[in-house]
Amino acid sequence: MLQRLQHVLAIETLSPEQILFILDQSKPFQEFQRHPLKKLATLRGKTVALAFFESSTRTRISFATAAARLGADTMNLQAESSSLKKGESLIDTVRTLEAMRPDGIVIRHSSSGAPEFVAERLGVPVINAGDGMHEHPTQALLDALTIRDRKGKLEGWNVTILGDILHSRVARSNMHLLGKFGARITLCGPAMWMPAELEALAPGTRRVPRIEEALDGADVIIVLRVQTERIHEPALAAEEYILGYQLTAERLRLAQPDALVLHPGPMIRGLEIDPVVADGPQCGVLEQVTNGLAVRMALLYHLTGGAPVDAPHPAKERSNAAD
Amino acid sequence: MKQPMRVIEKRQLLSAEEIGRTLQRLAHEIVEKSGGTKDLALIGVRRRGVPLSERLAKIIGGTAHADVPVGTLDITLYRDDLSTIGPQPVVQSTEIAFPVDDRDLVVVDDVLYTGRTARAAMNGLFDLGRPRRIRLCVLIDRGHRELPVEAAFVGRKVETSDTEIVEVRLREIDGEERVMLVDRVA
Repeated sequence: MLQRLQHVLAIETLSPEQILFILDQSKPFQEFQRHPLKKLATLRGKTVALAFFESSTRTRISFATAAARLGADTMNLQAESSSLKKGESLIDTVRTLEAMRPDGIVIRHSSSGAPEFVAERLGVPVINAGDGMHEHPTQALLDALTIRDRKGKLEGWNVTILGDILHSRVARSNMHLLGKFGARITLCGPAMWMPAELEALAPGTRRVPRIEEALDGADVIIVLRVQTERIHEPALAAEEYILGYQLTAERLRLAQPDALVLHPGPMIRGLEIDPVVADGPQCGVLEQVTNGLAVRMALLYHLTGGAPVDAPHPAKERSNAAD
Repeated sequence: MKQPMRVIEKRQLLSAEEIGRTLQRLAHEIVEKSGGTKDLALIGVRRRGVPLSERLAKIIGGTAHADVPVGTLDITLYRDDLSTIGPQPVVQSTEIAFPVDDRDLVVVDDVLYTGRTARAAMNGLFDLGRPRRIRLCVLIDRGHRELPVEAAFVGRKVETSDTEIVEVRLREIDGEERVMLVDRVA
């Protein structure tokens, strides 16, 4: 019997069975996205707090849409982390949130560990929507779902991650997840964005300085977003990055012929990815968006639905009720 | 965690042969009362409504020489007791490969009891479109309705008490084929 998920704070602490359970539970919600009427009453009366302390468009809209389609209400809390004295303000905000009695909190914060901090202090399920340079678990889950759908299975692929790996919580969560399923991970990017300790996240991870070598034989290529604020002279000129690390159609031919290209978005066409690749048949970016909704619906359903975690299970069950 | 429930078998309600004969009769009734098979489609409710709907479609296909489409409906997300149960039930897929708009639908389930599953099934179908008609077909009607729901096609009506359970075993799911009335042991 699978242990009930209480929070989703990091991929690192999830077991492979829990990950597969979440992916399996996302399947019905994938199909639900094709329904003409995309509105359930399953979480009617439940409230999901969206606490985004760091700017986000896609992830916030994805969670808000997922909650809306399940019939839950959302309350939005947006704050720029720069205006916060972090520790103290986070506690205050958390107390305010708690007083509004939400059934679940989705949190994004620029400090690694902030979602865990909140989860430890509130008796409410917490979903990490990205914390600092730590993890972005729902992104890794939707990537895994896209890989499993497109390539037929999740296990054992050659996965190449391109770009700013140092600052990327997407890379970290993906390495944790795919590493649990036997991926052989190759990291490639500018030397200053390649920290040494990342190799410990997934067994057998290698780092390869040249993109041509990194792409050779790849089954899955995860192109990371280049944060434009980090691209500047003299540290790294945009031209230099494009020349060395852009995923071009020509370079993509070095990978397996059916290699899948993923990108967490927002994509900067012409910087980290060639528009020809972005619009090509091997690119799974739009499926990633739809799968993100499905994964988040599955998590909201399982985490915020039902009786509170500490409530006693009703002793008497109706048999011949829903099987 | 759910305690394994102790039950005793009181009597057999239907044998494998009787299940087969009942389905023959139900298939015949469905075609007769629908005035043919035009626009007709069967929707099996997970889990045991699914093999039943497939068998009915096969019988109709053989006797009325018509292909009746069959879909599978998972009602989990439409249950009305989700806010009271601890770990949320596992969601399964709904597989209805045809538009339900203007269809003459027959929802198939094994047991009709409180009527709440039928209510949930109707909600689920409405999310897929606007059927012309929805009727219900069950192998066993055991009474104790809590909602104004009745089945148009009933295999067998059975008087039951509150503590009794109707156990339907189908070879596709359970590896055996019979219907039993069992009772809980305190």
